Amino acid sequence: MANLIKFKIDGRECMAEAGTYIVEAARQNGIFIPTLCNMKGLHPKGACRICTVRINGRLMTSCTTPVTDGIEIESESADITELRKSIIELLFVSGNHFCPSCEKSGNCELQALGYLYQMMVPRYPYDFPLKDVDASSPKIIKDQNRCILCKRCIKSIKDENGRSFFAFHSRGNHLEVVLDEELAANMTDELAELAMNNCPVGSILVKEKGFATPIGKRKFDNQPIGSEIEG
Amino acid sequence: MSKKITIEPVTRVEGHGKVTIHMDDNGNISQSRLHIVEFRGFERFVQGRPYWEAPVLVQRLCGICPVSHHLAAAKALDVIVGAGTGHGLTPTGEKMRRLMHYGQFFQSHALHFFHLSAPDFLFGIDGDPAIRNIIGIALTRPELAVQGVMMRKFGQEIIRATAGKKIHGTGAIPGGINKHLTIEERDEFLKGADPLNADKMVAWAQEALEFFKAYYVANKAFIDDFAYFPSNHLSLVRKDGALDLYHGVLRAVDADGKKILNDIDYQEYTNYIEEEVRSWSYMKFPYLKAYGKEKGWYRVGPLARLNTADFIPTPLAQKEFESYKSLTGGKPNNHCMLMHYARLIETLHAAEMIRELLNDPDLLEGELVAKGTKQKEGVGLIEAPRGTLFHHYRINDHDQIEMANLIVSTTNNNEPMNRSVNHVAKSVMTGKEVITEGMMNAVEVAIRAYDPCLSCATHALGNMPLEITLVDKNDQVIDRKRSFEG
Repeated sequence: MANLIKFKIDGRECMAEAGTYIVEAARQNGIFIPTLCNMKGLHPKGACRICTVRINGRLMTSCTTPVTDGIEIESESADITELRKSIIELLFVSGNHFCPSCEKSGNCELQALGYLYQMMVPRYPYDFPLKDVDASSPKIIKDQNRCILCKRCIKSIKDENGRSFFAFHSRGNHLEVVLDEELAANMTDELAELAMNNCPVGSILVKEKGFATPIGKRKFDNQPIGSEIEG
Repeated sequence: MSKKITIEPVTRVEGHGKVTIHMDDNGNISQSRLHIVEFRGFERFVQGRPYWEAPVLVQRLCGICPVSHHLAAAKALDVIVGAGTGHGLTPTGEKMRRLMHYGQFFQSHALHFFHLSAPDFLFGIDGDPAIRNIIGIALTRPELAVQGVMMRKFGQEIIRATAGKKIHGTGAIPGGINKHLTIEERDEFLKGADPLNADKMVAWAQEALEFFKAYYVANKAFIDDFAYFPSNHLSLVRKDGALDLYHGVLRAVDADGKKILNDIDYQEYTNYIEEEVRSWSYMKFPYLKAYGKEKGWYRVGPLARLNTADFIPTPLAQKEFESYKSLTGGKPNNHCMLMHYARLIETLHAAEMIRELLNDPDLLEGELVAKGTKQKEGVGLIEAPRGTLFHHYRINDHDQIEMANLIVSTTNNNEPMNRSVNHVAKSVMTGKEVITEGMMNAVEVAIRAYDPCLSCATHALGNMPLEITLVDKNDQVIDRKRSFEG
């Protein structure tokens, strides 16, 4: 543990190796900062902004900002909490997220964050976009209604030659994550499962497995998201 | 002067509906209709969704008996995943689903009897509407109100333990179930503190039956005559003719008890049943193909089930069944109001089945899911509390639903409910210039006997208030009564 530095999150003394990204450094110190596009093991992008914190008066994404000696990070103040809640709400209204019939319900990070930040009523108008469901792959379904374009699948689900099964397609409002038809034809069960688990919403579904986990045994049924870090 | 009477909304039923009654120049009732005025579209928006989503999605049709839709959809998907029907599931899969279903039956029947219908029995059909409701019962007969609430609670807890949630759970999945019952849950249901245990529920179901039987004895002439008309009756029965609420073959009898649909495999229901659309209602009119639209309509629900079944496979309910059948000399019962009697016998049967199943070790361990060769199409039928419920799905090569057809219990009762309305309207309103609240409620009592769930049947939303309007032959409104403000 060479080169340990000290810093503060919401006034709490923390320590981490210099250069560690804030979100990971917080995790090491038992502090949860929410993430959607970011995932352990992937190069951070700062796309979803849900991990926003304030440092020296400036809002920064904690997944792309490394800790430095003595910095003071503000994460749970009222305005930052409100900002995160707004981001979650905007993600909900910009897609078609119908939790009641979604098999990812109870395992969905977006839903879990909705609960954590107490999203009670819609404050923004629903977009109700027309989206497709691509079920042509033998192993998985890509439901565009629920995709939040986080890129986790693009960055983490690759074949032995490093080719990604998923890619961005089109631009602007039409941007979507699509599945490579040829690669998908040979996707293993393990990769299909990993793709579903890495997806923070219910956009990637392994076929014919839905609802196999009973209510009460799902990831966020008994404890809110982040409690595995905060204890 | 001719008139048109409209009852809108109908109260103490689930969903929205209205009644129109046409009166000619001589004060005779020329036509009566129960209109279902709203529309939902589950059959359409389930298209394109992965098939395993259907049991969880489609159950949102209803908050009263979602379990029926959940299980009917799951049964259709059992066929699609190659598990077949009935005993194609593992013992655990079938028994957990049955337990869920009997819990549902128990709570739904208790809801209908205590909350929706008992006010009519206790306070009279023309009693003060201010107290003719569950609040009135709570004030005057608190022990009955508590009984109703606790019976519902027990049924709902059974659903929670088997489906994961009291309303809109996820327990049934294609080919089986996703959980076992825990020993703690089983012991709680069997030996829980009074009154929430299976023995007490059986006893209370018997008490409710005695309550209705006493009401029947005191009001026999009225009950026997109220909305009486002969009809066909349809339901599932077990292959040996026993009452079976979860699975069986499809049987129909005519008003005299002759079998007119002889124990067919329901996968082939489209060969025997058709639906007619009429311009004035969003609810379709099903009928037996072989007998045509005029003669092929039938009733479903408790009355029909006790008419098609040969016996009930639990001892206490069987004893009541024998006494009930003796009222009509073993022939089918066509008395609309005795639907309540039949419903309470089923409530007792459900309580007995729950107690029996809870002692079955298959609930606690064993394989949960069975699968076989995948099929493209499947039909799932179940006896919902309100009657036979049909779910039919076809999928494409990519596991997406491309066709769904639902014939909901209340839809099956569309024609008989219309006839009941007509019958009661004729008997209480003929020649009357002014329509009283009591007359309106008499019409509602006839509808209520069927325990209709109009939101399920037509996919309409919300509560079900009722309004009656009296109009002349030129459709000019003469009188209007509403059972709600607004």
